[in-house]
Parts: sequence; structure tokens; C-alpha cells
Amino acid sequence: MPNELMEMNKQEVSTQGSAEQTRTHKLYTPITDIYESKEQLVLLADMPGVKQDGVDITLEQNILTIYGHVEQSELPGYKLTYAEYGIGSYQRVFALSNEIDRDGIQASVKNGVLKLVLPKSKRAMPRKIAVQTE
Amino acid sequence: MLLQRYADNDLFGSLRDMQRLQNSLNRLLTASVPLEASAEFPPINVWTSENGAIVRAEIPGVAPEDVDISLVNDTLTLRGSRNPEELKEGESRHRQERGYGQFARSLQLPFGVEADHVQAKFSNGVLQITLPRAEAEKPRRISVVSES
Repeated sequence: MPNELMEMNKQEVSTQGSAEQTRTHKLYTPITDIYESKEQLVLLADMPGVKQDGVDITLEQNILTIYGHVEQSELPGYKLTYAEYGIGSYQRVFALSNEIDRDGIQASVKNGVLKLVLPKSKRAMPRKIAVQTE
Repeated sequence: MLLQRYADNDLFGSLRDMQRLQNSLNRLLTASVPLEASAEFPPINVWTSENGAIVRAEIPGVAPEDVDISLVNDTLTLRGSRNPEELKEGESRHRQERGYGQFARSLQLPFGVEADHVQAKFSNGVLQITLPRAEAEKPRRISVVSES
């Protein structure tokens, strides 16, 4: 059915490579959309359970890391009897190809979705060069 | 001999790999409830007690007013839709992993529900529905009176 919403199951961050986790709770890879216009890059990441102040974004050189903290919430008196999703924080790392204007980055969280607007720096934007006649 | 063979094998080559394997095994074995694989959206977790059930669903990117919850007898149904981000002219997609469209999911509860006292709240993309068990169906302790 074309109109049916299909969801990828939450993927746990694999610990392949040099960096390993030091925390005990689980870490998931948020599923992400990225689109680009002439002026900016927009990133949307599904992070259910993450509050506005639980997001941590770092950009070092051209490596962008997004992290969303999820608090474990227990339900006193209740027992988890059926589970389809695990609970843990989110982290994902992207390598950006365009130069980004660091001061202009905007991040917001709405209904569990992180929206990151990354404006391209003036230097990286395509420029028209006028040819002068001598 | 045996040790030597394992040490040469790439799979178990480094001690770090072994520890990693052990960690993931431990995690698997200590999980309280095994995760059910589901391709259905939204994924749900169900918590129960003597007094009822709490259903949680991860529905990121959907406004609370776009989720429709209905309860018929002991069947709970979640319905809604997630709208795609419209691209403006000159924009191009690099990566699309998130799904869009309509969803509907039903869940049969193992007990009758006090329909008037069902509560639902939606915060940060997680929907939580509290379903109190019908008073008439609650387990009751029967005390034995001894005749002497």
C-alpha cells in the first residue's frame, strides 16, 4: 500500500570502529532525513522522548554529531509485559561536505523530532564572477 | 593448540572483540522483556499491573491533535498520519529514511476497561495511554472463614 506508513525498527548504534561507549544504557541511531537548498542544509531526526534541552549538537571541522538524551522513566507498580521498542538515547555522526556557517545553526525539537538548519557559509555558496571587459 | 587456533581467527582475534561480544550477550540476557520485532507503526510497549495497563507508543513528528484514539470494548485503536515535508523549488533530498503516511493500529487488552477514566498524554513524540481496569473485573481476595 503506497499510503501506509512503514517504520524502520530502531537500530542500536554499533560499536564497530575505534570509539566505544562508556555508558551503560543503550544508544540508538535516529532515522534521519536530510535535504539541501542553495542556502542551507536541513536535517530532521526522529528522537521520540527527547526534550528540547536534552539535545547536544557539536560540529568539529566537518563532523557533525547529534545526541539526544532520553530519560528512563519507570512506572511504579507496573511491569513491562510487552515491548516492541527499546529505550535509550540517540546519537549519530555525519560528515558534512559543505562549509557551514557555525554561528547560524538553528536547532529545535518538536514532537520528538529534531530539526537542524545548517546555513552554508558565504564562502561556500556559489558565486557569480563578473567578467570585466578591458 | 585450541587457543592458538582461536587467536589466529579474525573473528575472535582480539580480546576487545571478545569483550564486546560478552557485553552484547550480557545485555541480551539481562533485558527484562525480549523485544518483539514489528514492522507496524507505531511501535508500542505495554505495562501492566493489577489495576490496569499503560500503553506507550513512539509517534515522533505527529501533532497531538492528529492522533485519534478510540476504545471499543477491550480493543484500543490508534490512528493518525504523518505528513511529508514539502520540498521547495531548488531543494534536493540527500537522505530519506523517515516514513510518511497514515497509520492505524489496534490492540486487544486482556481485560475490560473503565472507559470513562482512560487518560492519554502526548509528550516529545511519545504517546502514553493509561487504561484502568474495570472495577468489576479486578482480582478480589476472598477470605476464608473457618468454622469451629
